[in-house]
Amino acid sequence: MSAPLMQATGLTLNFGRIRALDDVGISIWPGEVVAIVGESGSGKSTLLRVLSGQAQADAGQVLYDGQDVGAMTEAGRRRLLRAEWGFVHQNPRDGLRMAVSAGGNIGERLMAQGNCHYGNIRKSAASWLQKVEIEVDRLDDLPRTFSGGMQQRLQIARTLVTEPRLIFMDEPTGGLDVSVQARLLDLIRALVAELGLAVLIVTHDIAAARLLAHRIVVMRHGRVVEEGLTDRVLDDPQHPYTQLLVTSVLAA
Amino acid sequence: MYVSVKGGEQAISNAHAWLAEARRGDAALPELSVEQVEQQLTLAVDRVMAEGACADRGLAALAVKQSRGDLIEAAFLLRAYRTTLPRFGGSLPLDTGAMRLQRRISATYKDLPGGQLLGPTFDYTHRLLEFSLAAAGEAPPPAPEMEPEEPGPPPRVTALLAQEGLMAAEPEGDDDTPPPDLTRDPLSCPASRALRLQVLARGDEGFLLGLGYSTQRGYGNNHPFVGEVRMGEASVEVVPPELGFAIDIGDITLTECQMVNQFKGSLTEPPQFTRGYGLVFGHNERKAMAMALVDRALRGAELGEDGGAPAQDEEFVLYHCDNVEATGFVEHLKLPHHVDFQSELENVRAMRAAQQ
Amino acid sequence: MTYSYAFLDEATKRMIRRAILKAVAIPGHQVPFGAREMPLPYGWGTGGIQVTASIIGRSDVLKVIDQGADDTTNAVSIRRFFARTAGVATTTHTAEASIIQTRHRIPERVLQPGQIIVYQVPMPEPLSRLEPRVVESTKLHALADYGLMQVRLYEDIARHGRSASAYNHPVMVNGRYLMSPSPIPAFDNPKMDRMPALQLFGAGREKRIYAVPPYTSVKSLDFEDHPFDPIRAPHPCAICGATDSYLDEIVTDDVGGRMFVCSDTDHCEERAP
Repeated sequence: MSAPLMQATGLTLNFGRIRALDDVGISIWPGEVVAIVGESGSGKSTLLRVLSGQAQADAGQVLYDGQDVGAMTEAGRRRLLRAEWGFVHQNPRDGLRMAVSAGGNIGERLMAQGNCHYGNIRKSAASWLQKVEIEVDRLDDLPRTFSGGMQQRLQIARTLVTEPRLIFMDEPTGGLDVSVQARLLDLIRALVAELGLAVLIVTHDIAAARLLAHRIVVMRHGRVVEEGLTDRVLDDPQHPYTQLLVTSVLAA
Repeated sequence: MYVSVKGGEQAISNAHAWLAEARRGDAALPELSVEQVEQQLTLAVDRVMAEGACADRGLAALAVKQSRGDLIEAAFLLRAYRTTLPRFGGSLPLDTGAMRLQRRISATYKDLPGGQLLGPTFDYTHRLLEFSLAAAGEAPPPAPEMEPEEPGPPPRVTALLAQEGLMAAEPEGDDDTPPPDLTRDPLSCPASRALRLQVLARGDEGFLLGLGYSTQRGYGNNHPFVGEVRMGEASVEVVPPELGFAIDIGDITLTECQMVNQFKGSLTEPPQFTRGYGLVFGHNERKAMAMALVDRALRGAELGEDGGAPAQDEEFVLYHCDNVEATGFVEHLKLPHHVDFQSELENVRAMRAAQQ
Repeated sequence: MTYSYAFLDEATKRMIRRAILKAVAIPGHQVPFGAREMPLPYGWGTGGIQVTASIIGRSDVLKVIDQGADDTTNAVSIRRFFARTAGVATTTHTAEASIIQTRHRIPERVLQPGQIIVYQVPMPEPLSRLEPRVVESTKLHALADYGLMQVRLYEDIARHGRSASAYNHPVMVNGRYLMSPSPIPAFDNPKMDRMPALQLFGAGREKRIYAVPPYTSVKSLDFEDHPFDPIRAPHPCAICGATDSYLDEIVTDDVGGRMFVCSDTDHCEERAP
């Protein structure tokens, strides 16, 4: 097997007396979808922030493609975030420019990479709108005229347009109606498979994890309590906490 | 045939002549002397010294007269004059604890060592127009003088709290690094507290008042109490390099406000009080108090408080509180912009043509 | 009392010259400097005045224009300031000037090696409308992360069919730094490219100096398929007949009468019959 795309070891992070991360290790290989599940406060969102370089751990190391993310300059990290990585926020408003048209939102990463042919940028933006099932005639509309589900699909188009190697998703279906969630999950699954992307997705929704992920990492109180292939973890959970999660006894 | 407007030079001279005439007013009345301004419009002079960043009452009074009482214009005149002065060096930190007080009040204690000293304040006057002032009259009799209860300068309220360990210690300054000098180097953010206080000290009174007020109305509340407001004279000391020891070069009047703010504590710090600080040339409590509120609001990030209110936004506050900068940029809109407007005009025409 | 030569004291002028040298060494990069309060208000050209005051020598010949004209009130005022404080010769002829201080225009006559043009700049930061935070926009320059600016241009074309910035249209200097050309009309932008004269920019209130050394590439931001396309009023000058100069529109009556004349008064007078 090839080297992992990202590999983290021994991540520890304290907020005062609260241990947000406790000796966490995690790896992801190219083309793989890994779900990090756990209830609120389990440390899964903090882990995502540390892995994507937006927060610094007290101890431990994150390697991306062999480079130490914690030791990178801000310039290096920003370059990764706008070229090789993508981040899909739970609230689309955090990931979109609300005062910029849908086309401008999708085109931004292309332009940041030096693409300066208006026609080509517009063509890519239109084709990505179609891919995320938004009418092409909405290309020049502002995101605030879109529904919540459409905004989230627009954020995904904006992130995937440059086909980054690694996508971080933080509860991408949170805050959406159940019927809208299902459609979005189908869309993410199809796009990820088509483009062969590596995705680290944080979710408290076991059904979403089952649908999307190849592997599942279960977190509780800042620790990884169980990990393995999705079917194995969900059909034959070993850790008592995982068993509770799977039987949905715990409120997420 | 069209001939473009000429005669800018003549027009400017004429305008200046008119300005001089308007400044003088009715020539049948005696001219206002600079000394009268300095003695009788003292608070206007104080404000101009503070915002003009130059402690010279005579020059500030001249600026007030020259600006026809436009205090921002007067501060600007003083700043421009200041530019022409060489910088000899910095003074030692002023010992405001040893100030010869004219006024000292605390809102946090009913009575305290050193007592409450009201001084020349408007606080308890009834705001009724005194028509007797409209007629020239005798000078008022001298105010009665009280002996201080205890000799020597009274202790600071914040020091009383500190004795109990209830006042957060100020981070120790680094004596080897000279403080930044806003008058020599441009502002840059994030700014040290020393630099922030310099910006606020010469910031616009009205702007700081509005910002301070906004913190009281819920935009970044920090539970303020006036620990102490003191106004009086402090000695200015410098150490000339050729002497190597401090000499006293004179006194300046200052108003200082130490605002005491509740702080719930964090994971590393116990609950205690924190300080907002205001210091301003002359007698100006409004400015000193507003400055202290804004200083405390700007410490929000350092103390781990939720930010987001205008007064807590360092870049927003510091870049917009200088009234000489602000008035220049706002008023420059009246300079001709017809070249830019022309290109906008052509552009709008082109866009309309493209639409049709 | 007497004021220093060109108003500023010598230490301040040296500090400004150091900033200018740094700016010339890093074309298009904004160098912070300790701008002083000047006897003219912020917004009236204090940055340009400080730059001029720091470089002007007794043998210099100074031309000052505002909106292209030598006789606008602010140009008159600044010219008079230097005549008084530095005692230098002044001129209205572009060809005779060694230093040209300008607000909002570049003269029509091609500037020559050895000449210096000093621009008065109100907002030096080209990203300020998109990113008002100075700390953040400084980072974007450091990383040459200019996607945001291109997005703005994209939005203009998507909405209006063309770039909506008719003046102060951002430029890329030496292929590295995004720069505000100051509020000159887009018509003047091409004159900045590989100009033989030294171009200095002073922003007093914002306390920045930047520069474009002679013969440096200055490219107006655009798209390959929507090239930069400045507009000029489609008329000849009513006085000199020029068809290639930037024009002021003069409203001659209140029933829609108007005429177009050169904004560069010196250029127009030289050509006029």
